[in-house]
Amino acid sequence: MATTSKLKTVRLQLPASTDDLAALELGTVVYLSGRIYTAREGVYKRAVEDGAGLPAPPEEMGFANFHCSPAATLHPDGSATVGAVTATASFRFAKWLDGWFKLSRCNIIIGKGGMTGEIYKRHFVPHQAIYLTTVGYGTGALLGRGIKGVAATHWVDELGLAQAIWVLDVENFGPFLVESDMTGASLFERENAKIAPNIDKLYAGSKPATLRRYGETDDKTEEVI
Amino acid sequence: MIPITTLQKTAEQLMAKAAIEIPEDYLGGLRACADTEKGDLSAFVIQAMLENYEAAKEDRRAMCGDTGVPRWYVKIGNEARSEGGPIALEAALRRATANATHNVPLRPNRVHPLWRTDHNNNCGIGAPEIEYAFHPDADWIDLTTVHKGGLFGSDYRMLFPGDGIEGIKRFYLDTLIAFGRRGLACQPAIVGVGLGGSKDICMVLGKQAACLRTVGSRNPDPKIAALEAELKDIGNTIGMGAMGFMGSSMVVDCHIEVGYCHTGGMPMSVHMFCLSSRRATARIHADGRVEFRTDPLWFTDYMRRATVEWETPQRVAAE
Repeated sequence: MATTSKLKTVRLQLPASTDDLAALELGTVVYLSGRIYTAREGVYKRAVEDGAGLPAPPEEMGFANFHCSPAATLHPDGSATVGAVTATASFRFAKWLDGWFKLSRCNIIIGKGGMTGEIYKRHFVPHQAIYLTTVGYGTGALLGRGIKGVAATHWVDELGLAQAIWVLDVENFGPFLVESDMTGASLFERENAKIAPNIDKLYAGSKPATLRRYGETDDKTEEVI
Repeated sequence: MIPITTLQKTAEQLMAKAAIEIPEDYLGGLRACADTEKGDLSAFVIQAMLENYEAAKEDRRAMCGDTGVPRWYVKIGNEARSEGGPIALEAALRRATANATHNVPLRPNRVHPLWRTDHNNNCGIGAPEIEYAFHPDADWIDLTTVHKGGLFGSDYRMLFPGDGIEGIKRFYLDTLIAFGRRGLACQPAIVGVGLGGSKDICMVLGKQAACLRTVGSRNPDPKIAALEAELKDIGNTIGMGAMGFMGSSMVVDCHIEVGYCHTGGMPMSVHMFCLSSRRATARIHADGRVEFRTDPLWFTDYMRRATVEWETPQRVAAE
């Protein structure tokens, strides 16, 4: 599993303690063992915005929230087949996070692409939570291998298979990269800053398009998210 | 007469192949990125992806958990006849999509845009999309499925002749940089560029350029081929690699397809086919024989014809 890399690798047993998380640095490769669950906009809206609360105690669901819909089938007898799993882009979910942290007491969020440093500082740091990003965003088969069982599903009828909560027992589940640490720093923002100086050079001598568009900025070092 | 059961069974096999097996041409392109990538993080990502393809094939599970939005491209030989006609063919493709979603399994991604209704089978109003093309002097049907990621990496803009090639390069960079950050486009990608056509066809051409041409293929117009190579290089000098980390692996290849457009405009679209560039094709012959491949062979001289009439080129004497 990506053993040839020069990057530091850490294996965490879940639930992770605050000390475990405090020891993680940006860009560290992480593998998880223990219990996790999927929850995304459908769950957040229902639990936080509509006030439904959690369908089960956090002790049963785990404390690591995966922004994901599995490629999975639920059989009539209640058993499940999970094929591949991959994260979905997290930046869309920021508005529910504070309520969600309070409700779920989760301290790891796993997703695609991270959020902004500002959101980490405002919502993650007070709850001593970190953000792990999936790798390449396409390592669904490797992640699927790490899933040892489906402990429960919640809200399948209400939200559909893709938006439901899937409680999963995992072993050596990864790889992930530490995108945000306990201080709320962001690996992506650090990388963006390294790339930025080259961007101006790329655009040297090029004129804006004849027909402009609303909302357009000419500062290409800015992000669109 | 091609039996409808053969079409449906082949379509189900294609759905699994596309979801599980990375096409060789994309794999070769990604390995070439791995050989030259200097960024530690970007190199780690590519290495993990190469291992992921192996795991997918060994376990026969989808390579990516987001199995995209399955769609179909159907090319029908002018002499081909299938049992039940085109209506039965469409039903077979919808059935195959639903069955494969359950059996592979694929993620049931397709929902109603407003009510978010999920049939858990990737079928619904207008889903899966089925696009048709035709081919002269042939009695086969080519089925191609593409499972393209649905959210990031595409954009459209009405440029004008005065914007010129520089304007094309600028919009190309805009799109790559906007969606390349944090790797939202799941690069390294096959970038498809649509130039010209009416607005809807401009989007269609760009998407087909990304999804239906193989890495290493070039547009038959030598000047367009040169622009493809230049755009590929430009994309890889942004300084952005896999997941938007510092590096050089942004574009596995760039493909441009053109269509005649309004004399005043130069519409342009950009599409990115991701690290899970899922496509699979089969040719179903008149006698029911089925041949699988990964090159859709979608863009032919006939597809790109510019003349009013079409005359099939004289076959070489040896044939």
